[in-house]
Amino acid sequence: MNTGTRVMIEVRELTKRYGSEVAVDRISFSVRSGEVLGFLGPNGAGKTTTMKVITCYLPPTEGTVLVDGLDVRQDSLTIRQKIGYLPENTPLYPDMVTYDYLEFMAAMRGLDGAVRRRRLAEVIEVCGLGEVLNKRIDTLSKGYRQRVGLAQAMVHDPPILILDEPTSGLDPNQIVEIRSLIKTLGREKTVILSTHILPEVQASCDRVLIIHRGRIVADGTPDELQSAHGGQRILFGVQASESEVRAALERVDGVRVEDARAEGDGTLLFRLSTDGQQDLRPELFRLAVERGWTLTELHRERVDLEEVFRQLTMN
Amino acid sequence: MREVWILTRRELRAFFDSPSAYIVLSVFLLITGWFFGNTLFVENVASLRSFFDLAPVLFMFFIPALTMGTFAEERRAGTIELLLTLPVRDGQVIVAKLLSVVTVLLVALALTGIYVLTLAVLGDPDNGGTLGGYLGLALLGLSCSALGLLASSLTRNQIVAFILGFAMIFGLYLLDKVTIFVPGWLASVLEYLSIDFHYRNLMRGVIDSRDVLYYLSLTAFAGLLTAYHLARRPE
Repeated sequence: MNTGTRVMIEVRELTKRYGSEVAVDRISFSVRSGEVLGFLGPNGAGKTTTMKVITCYLPPTEGTVLVDGLDVRQDSLTIRQKIGYLPENTPLYPDMVTYDYLEFMAAMRGLDGAVRRRRLAEVIEVCGLGEVLNKRIDTLSKGYRQRVGLAQAMVHDPPILILDEPTSGLDPNQIVEIRSLIKTLGREKTVILSTHILPEVQASCDRVLIIHRGRIVADGTPDELQSAHGGQRILFGVQASESEVRAALERVDGVRVEDARAEGDGTLLFRLSTDGQQDLRPELFRLAVERGWTLTELHRERVDLEEVFRQLTMN
Repeated sequence: MREVWILTRRELRAFFDSPSAYIVLSVFLLITGWFFGNTLFVENVASLRSFFDLAPVLFMFFIPALTMGTFAEERRAGTIELLLTLPVRDGQVIVAKLLSVVTVLLVALALTGIYVLTLAVLGDPDNGGTLGGYLGLALLGLSCSALGLLASSLTRNQIVAFILGFAMIFGLYLLDKVTIFVPGWLASVLEYLSIDFHYRNLMRGVIDSRDVLYYLSLTAFAGLLTAYHLARRPE
């Protein structure tokens, strides 16, 4: 995260209800400029609803949403000008030609004449749309449609980008392209993207909000989340008798033996999990020395984000 | 105002880029032409009477066909979300869509100008009646379009939007046809509310501000209901 940045989006105690159903339940967070924030959560968790409130599509039921210091209830039109939005499933007018569509979206955002031509040329270049400018949108592949969606969101060079599942339906190469594009954009803009694909968050986000049933259940950098939840795993390989090692390990605090298997060379490979953040490797090493076991492997691995996500959203 | 113009232009372009536009316009001309031709050639009368008589019934089908996609299709495709998060007010979007439909309608009416020219050459038409008739058709078309937009905003399905639009217009059309079944005081209320009654007045060549006002208020009313419904952001 850059220093000296300012808060671009501030959500305070936001609640959104559809009738009696609560989609978003008193959530608060803020996003600074130069930050890429990932909304992570199962389907129906409230990610899209939160985005719809920030983009001024839906009014909040309760709470305050400030975009660049302006309230979505009062300054909707000014706020909209500052936001580029890519809704879920990339809705586009299928009967329009790519260039005409982008020109229309640019014109609606108040771009005119030479400025509009320059901005159009820029987003066409950045999104790689040169080849499909004269094609109807309904003839484009999913990847190109997604890029047209991104291009329209960026055409007025907004300081804020809200992208709802920007990589859904893309092939692996396209996903890598879009992610690197988002990373580049994130250097100067404020980006919120939603996803339920975990590697995406690690690849493109500075910070993650895990949303579950309308509430924020975790907020932090991908690294922080990994270390804050679910502890760690240790691979511990020794050449010794299994019952002896098991008995000894059970006396070590905070360690659970997940499983043990025999390797071909007489090594027993134990998978251990620990609850805390404390590094248990020195202790295990000393244990092996004390007992005279031959240590063949001692490796710590972090619980991955997938695990964190499951833990937080399973119940 | 600039945004309304850009939106209207997009709508019109989308309409005239698709073949359905030409089918709808041709069918309209074909049917009106048939009735006009019948009067002229079979009955040997140089009059727009049967064209003007038929027009409201034709509008019941023609206008919902024009409006059915306006909001329903945007809702179905999800494009409404992008449209309504652009820096424009919902009202501007509604006005733009109404303007585009009315423009198509005026194009259709302009094409029937051939009948007027034919009559001017062949006979001695009632110019007051013709002028009133066209003014009536334009106003009737405007308010029917607003009703059609309302119908289209209520659903994601174009066919449902068409049927709803038709039902609304047909309902208002019927009001002054059932007056014999109701007491006198109610009859005059129904008559005033009828979409056809005011058109008949204008068709006679009498341009009364009450009739004009009726269509304008009906248009505004339908527009406000549409705005109210869209503000609730139906899925």
